Order: sequence, then C-alpha cells, then structure tokens
Amino acid sequence: MVIDTQGLSFHFGSQQVVKSLSLQVPEGSIYGFLGPNGAGKTTTIKLLLNLLKTEEGSIRIFDKDLQSNRIAILAQIGSLIEQPAIYLHLTGKENLMNRALLLEVPESRVDEMLALVHLKDAANKKAGKYSLGMKQRLGIALALLPDPKLLILDEPTNGLDPNGIIEVRELLIKLVTKHNKTVFVSSHLLAEVERMATHVGIIDHGELLFQGSIKDLEAISQPRVQVEVNNTVDAANLLKKQGFTVTDITEDNLSVPFISKTQMSEINALLNKNNYQVYSIHKVQKDLEKLFLDITQKA
Amino acid sequence: MKGFILSFRSEFYKTRKTAAFWSSVILPLVICLLLFVGFFSHSDNLAKQPGAMLWFQFAGAILGVMGSLLLPMLIVFIAYSVNNIEHKAETWKTLFSLPISKLSVYSAKYLYALFLVTLCLALFLLFTLGFGNLLSVVKPTLKFNEYHMEGFLTQLYFKLLLSSLGILSIQFLLSLLFRDFLKPMGIGFAATIAGVILAGTGWQYAYLYPYSHAMLTVKSMHEARGGSDHAMPQLTVDLLTKDIWVSLAVSIGVFILGYFIVLKKSVK
Repeated sequence: MVIDTQGLSFHFGSQQVVKSLSLQVPEGSIYGFLGPNGAGKTTTIKLLLNLLKTEEGSIRIFDKDLQSNRIAILAQIGSLIEQPAIYLHLTGKENLMNRALLLEVPESRVDEMLALVHLKDAANKKAGKYSLGMKQRLGIALALLPDPKLLILDEPTNGLDPNGIIEVRELLIKLVTKHNKTVFVSSHLLAEVERMATHVGIIDHGELLFQGSIKDLEAISQPRVQVEVNNTVDAANLLKKQGFTVTDITEDNLSVPFISKTQMSEINALLNKNNYQVYSIHKVQKDLEKLFLDITQKA
Repeated sequence: MKGFILSFRSEFYKTRKTAAFWSSVILPLVICLLLFVGFFSHSDNLAKQPGAMLWFQFAGAILGVMGSLLLPMLIVFIAYSVNNIEHKAETWKTLFSLPISKLSVYSAKYLYALFLVTLCLALFLLFTLGFGNLLSVVKPTLKFNEYHMEGFLTQLYFKLLLSSLGILSIQFLLSLLFRDFLKPMGIGFAATIAGVILAGTGWQYAYLYPYSHAMLTVKSMHEARGGSDHAMPQLTVDLLTKDIWVSLAVSIGVFILGYFIVLKKSVK
C-alpha cells in the first residue's frame, strides 16, 4: 500500500471533521477520493501531508510512519491543495524556478513541465494575469516538478474547461500506466472519478462510506429490468401477484430487480399472455451518480 | 543546513522584485541623497563649520529620524512583507509540505528579514560616508575631508542593528501569526510611539522595552558628544549596554517561541 491510514480522526474545535478513516491506496492506482463539498476531503489530504497534526490513528506512506519519516516521505510526494499556491508577482516560469531551486531540480525540468501543461507561451507572463485554468495547470506543473512517486491532488480539474479536464485526466492515466506513479485525487464529481479511477473511496461527514476498486463499486449498483408497457399500474399489479418485486412505476415504465435473462423473458411472456403491449424490455445498470447519492445520503 | 540555504536563496528569489527588498535599498539612497542636496544648497552657511561638526550634523540628521521612527517602522514593514508574501499567495501549505525541515523554512525566513534590515543599515552607513566625502569634493568649502568618523559610525550602526533584533523577532512572529496588515502594523506602530516616549522621557526601565532600544542607542551617541562640548568630541560607542543585552535576549526568546508555535500550528 502506498497510503495506509488506520483509525484517522481529526477535530476542528468541537466539530469532528474526519472520523476513524482507514484509507488503503494500492501502488499504481488512481484513487478517486469522492465526497460532497465539506465532507472532509481537504482535511484528510492535509493530514496526509502532515500539515495538520494527526490526533488519533496512524498514517503510513510508502510503508513508513509519516510522523517519524516526514521529510523522506514528503520528498516523494507532489501535491496540489485547494486553489494552487502561486506567487502572483512572479511569472509562471519564475514560480517553477523558485520551486526547482528549493527541490534542487534542473531548469530543463522546468521547461519540460511548462510544455507539459501548455504554458510555454505564457511562461514569462505574471501569474497574477493567468486565468483560473492556467493557474490550475501551473499548480499541476508545480506538483509534478520533482517527479514524485505519489501525486496528491485536491480537485485538480477545478476551473478547467472541458479540454483541460480531458488533458488532466489523460495525463494522470499516463503517469500511472507508463510511469508507475500512484495518484490520489479528490473530487466531488463522480463522473470525473469514474472516467479515470481504478480505486474509489467515498467520504461524507468525515466517514468513509465505501472503499474498493471501481469494479466493486459497479457491482454494488444493482441492475434492474425496465419494462415499457401500455398500462404500467395494472401490469405492475399482475407482476406482483405472480411473485415479482416491482421497485418503481412511472407512467411509461416499471422496474423489477434484475435476476437473470430467463427472468426477463418470463416477464415478457407473462405480460404478452395477459394482453399487455410491451414496447420494450431491457436491463439497466443503476448509474453511479445515483448510487453515489444513495451512499452519501444514507449516512 | 542545505535546507536552510535553499530556503534562504528562495526567499531572495521570491522577494527580489518586491517593495520589501527594494525599500531596503531605495530608502537609504533617497534619504542620504536629500541630505546631500540640502547640504550642497546651504553650503555657504555651513562653510564656517569645522569638519567634525559637519559630520555630526550630516550623520546626526539621519540617525535622529532613524532611532525615533524610521528603523522601528522599517522593521515592522520588512517583518510584515516577508511573511505576507506567503499569506497572500496561500503558500504556507506548500512551504511546509516541502521535504525541508520546518526549522530551516522558519529560520531562513527570519534570517532573511534580518538580512534586509542589515542591508538597509549598511547602505545607510555607506551612503552617509559616501555622500559626506562627495560633498567635500564637489564643494571644497565644506571640510568633510578634515575629519573621519568611519569607525565610530560603523560601531554605532552595528549597535543599531543589535538594538533592532528584539523588535524584529516580535514583529516577525506577529506577522507570521496574523495574515492581515493592520494587526502587526498597528501593534508595531503603537509600540514604537510608546518606545519613543519612554526613551525620550528618560524612564529608567526603558532599556527593558525592545521598542525603545533604537532610540536609546541614538541617545547614547548624543551623550557621548554632549559630554565634551569644548574639546574634541569623545567618539566611543559602548556596544554591549544593558538595553542591547535585553534586545538579544528578547530576540532569541521570541525566535524559539515562534519556532514552537510553527511546529504546533496547523497550516491552513
């Protein structure tokens, strides 16, 4: 495990922001850390970077205890927390040069990073004049500058246009698949995480509600059979009498939990036999967006 | 140690284009230049004066404002600027997630502020001596060249530097803790005014109060001169007076206190 926390808790005053969090981030994964705004994502990230003192529980990164190996661990992490930290009176390149100086990274790497995030043309422009998206890209370049083994990014696509979002996503996927990095990325958008993550953790009110691979998440989203039929209410009553569970009825459709393909044909035959007009019948995967809402609202 | 040097260089890199850095250079230049122009245009009145008196008036004019208000306020401003650069850019969190020890980051910042104060005082000394000597070249009637006070002024400026350490530490810590301009600036200004009054009225315990130290240092120069009005002025600086010891003790104490606050503080 690249990140392994046990029973991690944190308070701001009397408010508990993180509750007994046990994160497991495997090597080579893109771990999507999902949760609504205010769920405790940024606080967790600050705990992982030792910016906040761990009150309860433990954090191990690269199989080393964070408290006692702070500098060795931080040397292998690149991070972007909340809005990017940029000196607005310096140019984009100067911001990177300053960080390169601190991390003893050669200037050639700075130019590489500028090219990577498409800021070469704006390299000598004051960062204060950058658009939000440009600042975000500069923030990503700063995080990538030391070529870290682990990237921790807090909402990295905030403020980016659709092209920018796709670029960041592809960049992260490339870093993991081609360069053996591990990425821990927080987001409040499930669709965003769904498109790139290999692993997911869902947090709400400081509690981890789900953790597993993206496949595990899809698996718990139970599929159902959606039937489009002329008289949904009567048809639903008929199905219920025959021992089917009907979960949802609208004017045009009714839904039954999916069990097997045979079950689908049985439903079709039954409705046809009773003179209902079946316009369509198909299996529907519950979308993750709904699942996410279900999971976060249960808490 | 490497972390400290890297951080210190980074401080310079970050501030080299800001008012914090340039004020330390431009302020001595402008003030000394103004005095130069003043002496130059009033050279007829001043021509009767012996070299020693010319130097005292020239250097004393700067030191007078310096001790009472200029130096303390400059320190307040420098301490504010080097911390504000991080508050404004929200970069504390990045500074403290670098693979560099917190002590290195903190002490590099503190010593950079001290470096700026030292630079400013050194330039004041340099420009005072430079413009004084230049006056005797461009206006030979002004006999600056007849008297030398380089040694004395150097000692005095060094004592001013030592006397500023206490305020610097306090203001540095205030600016580190408060991100707004008004708190450290307001506290610093009020404390400086109080310090000037306390030292000016000759309160016997003024030496315990850091914001009086610059004023006490400048006053000690006046006394050294005033004691011997008729003969050649006696030019010695008693470097390690008790106010300087207090200044050193306060600066070390507050510096250590600040470090423990940095260690414990959550980075927002």
